Amino acid sequence: MTDPFIKNTVEPIIEIKQVWKEYGDHIVLEKLNLNVQAGEFISIVGASGCGKTTLLNMLLGTEDHSRGDVLLDGEPMPKEPNATRGIVFQKYSAFPHLNALENVMLGAEFAKAPFFGKVLGKQRKEIKEKALEMLTAVGLGHAAAKYPSELSGGMQQRLAIAQALIKEPRILLLDEPFGALDPGIRKDMHKLVRELWQKRGLTIFMITHDLSEGFSLGSRVWVLDKPRIDPQQPERYGAQVVYDIALNSAQAIPSTIQTLIEKEATAKDAVQENTHE
Amino acid sequence: MRLMNSKPSRSVRLILNLLPFVLLLIIYTVASDARLLENPSDKLLPSWSSFADAVQRMAFEPSKRTGEYLLWADTGASLERLFFGVGISALIGLVLGVINGMLPLFRATLSPLVTAISLIPPMAILPILFIVFGLGELSKVMLIIIGICPILIRDLQLRTQSLPAEQLLKAQTLGANTWQIMIRVVLPQVLPPLLSAVRLTLGSAWLFLIAGEAIAATEGLGYRIFLIRRYLAMDVILPYVLWIAVLAFLMDTILRLISKRAFPWYHGKGGEE
Repeated sequence: MTDPFIKNTVEPIIEIKQVWKEYGDHIVLEKLNLNVQAGEFISIVGASGCGKTTLLNMLLGTEDHSRGDVLLDGEPMPKEPNATRGIVFQKYSAFPHLNALENVMLGAEFAKAPFFGKVLGKQRKEIKEKALEMLTAVGLGHAAAKYPSELSGGMQQRLAIAQALIKEPRILLLDEPFGALDPGIRKDMHKLVRELWQKRGLTIFMITHDLSEGFSLGSRVWVLDKPRIDPQQPERYGAQVVYDIALNSAQAIPSTIQTLIEKEATAKDAVQENTHE
Repeated sequence: MRLMNSKPSRSVRLILNLLPFVLLLIIYTVASDARLLENPSDKLLPSWSSFADAVQRMAFEPSKRTGEYLLWADTGASLERLFFGVGISALIGLVLGVINGMLPLFRATLSPLVTAISLIPPMAILPILFIVFGLGELSKVMLIIIGICPILIRDLQLRTQSLPAEQLLKAQTLGANTWQIMIRVVLPQVLPPLLSAVRLTLGSAWLFLIAGEAIAATEGLGYRIFLIRRYLAMDVILPYVLWIAVLAFLMDTILRLISKRAFPWYHGKGGEE
């Protein structure tokens, strides 16, 4: 597969070279060859169970690949999660026992207090100011003293983003971050994420079930699917990135995908109309 | 309206709450009067006045033999054993539960051992405790610890393991090491479950306390009850039992209030009572 960004001479932030992921005989992902430049926003779409989450977990460091190389800045990807890659899950990202401000401060405190995990005095004041700034940036300045359980779903996701951003990660992984939100709130969140991405020069990987969300937010879309299927032995072949679409280039969206998006959009409209009735 | 849908109003509920207690008191009074009428020296169901005498004697008059106020001396001795037993158990339960729940290497080593120990009926090894730790305070405290500690460890381990994996991953992406995650993410979140686990095991703790005192002690609520059992002194035994119930209720209430006050995030909406 040719990468539209390969002509770029800048070192890619992530390189995926001939990567396979298999559990015994079960092949999940095969022959992945992908380069990602810093500052790209990659939407990962595909059917359920086709390995989107496995791919994200490999980037997070919780799952190892079976063959090939995954490189971060030219070095092998660390085998466990660390502060270079922030993550926002669909839920449970915020800590229920800390209020919003403390949730955001936590990341900064970890760096300053290896033994107590808690910072006091002047340092704490500095961290607090930074955390408040971050909360304000995601639109939660007014809710600093609230516990996550007192926040709505959208606000909890904003909090999870602020929490990740205080570590200033270069890579942000989003695992269906807006899957549980109402359509209206989703739109606000899209705006927020687009803003943060552009302002902070983040590299973002986002898994989504919502094709139109993937296409409207991302600068590049990976469509995962199994190009070959053995009906007798479905686990024989793994998923690949069947389409790698750079959205800011002039490249046309393949007609099959275009129809898929349109189909989904009309289905969603129908649902919304139904709910209005 | 269906029975399942009819709810009592506040005042009706209060009356319904008290009703069984009032009924029990009435039944007791009637039964006691009937027996005493037949045989004034009957000891099984003493009259209210003999209860009052007994309480006066035990709580507000110094004992002729030792000069102590027996009820308070017994209460002090029992509560001391209970606090040490339950406190040490809670501490061990918290530490081992979190370690077992969080660190697979430790879990692999310790978890089967804890399960095995929890299968031994503590009362069966009571003689061993008396032989090893002597007849003093230590053996009675140890009985409580051996009785409730495995339950607390296993409960805390389960609570730790049931924390969402997303939280622990998130903490790692915030740059935390194992120790930091343990003290800032896991520990604060299992403290409220620890308090509710302690509340649930208090009943067993009292059981082991009374059992230990019944066999070898020189003071304590359980000791006193078993001592005066020989004289069929129901006028003392029943107030003692009631007093134990009151103490247990107070402890439970205090723990519940502490939990509510200290962990508002746990008791808010979606949390547990």
